[in-house]
Amino acid sequence: MTMSVLEGALAFGFAALGFALAMNLWRLVKGPGVTDRILALDTMVINTIGLIVLSGIAGGSGTAFEAALLLAMVGFVGTVAYAKFLLRGDIIE
Amino acid sequence: MSGPASFAELLAAALIVLGAGFALVGSWGLVRLPSLMERLHGPTKASTLGMGAMLVASVVWFQLGEGEWTTHELLISVFLFVTAPISANMIAKVHLHRLRTGEASGGASEPAGPAGSPAPPPGSADWATHEAPHQGTPGDFAGD
Repeated sequence: MTMSVLEGALAFGFAALGFALAMNLWRLVKGPGVTDRILALDTMVINTIGLIVLSGIAGGSGTAFEAALLLAMVGFVGTVAYAKFLLRGDIIE
Repeated sequence: MSGPASFAELLAAALIVLGAGFALVGSWGLVRLPSLMERLHGPTKASTLGMGAMLVASVVWFQLGEGEWTTHELLISVFLFVTAPISANMIAKVHLHRLRTGEASGGASEPAGPAGSPAPPPGSADWATHEAPHQGTPGDFAGD
């Protein structure tokens, strides 16, 4: 069984993003501060968007991109909400 | 799908490898760098560039490989490029606030990076955190 160039690149991409997510998880657990945990969650969201895009290429369907777009929006709003809460003690003033 | 690789396939494969490599390096920077202000550099730059390369790979693959234009990817890419600096700025402001109020890093002391601690704003101004911005705080346009 021979792998095409694109299949090899997709396999590398899935492996790299999975390893990146594992490293983000390590930073999320280790901390040391709450800001590090927010940053780790933000990076996990971005890497997960990458995984969804790669699986969209692998599956050959365009339906994965709505999920990626939604995740991008929700991840940004979540990060800003965490930061606003820690900064101001309130999310919407 | 074996046989001689088409141009679209080679381009998409190269962009996927580039993007995934950038995402990996960004997350490695998140683990490896010593202080939060430096850790901000890894994911916010490299992940965004990596995501851009992967989204362009998706556009190229669906256009040249299957002959259909998709623009969702560019939408995601533009959205990420716009929001990544904003969330990085918010995280940095939280870090400054917690440094000032002595709540940073959960009690464990963090090694200062090569750049040292962030400098305070000029004059009697302070970073806008819990209180309303003081006169002259950077970014406080109403008070300028």
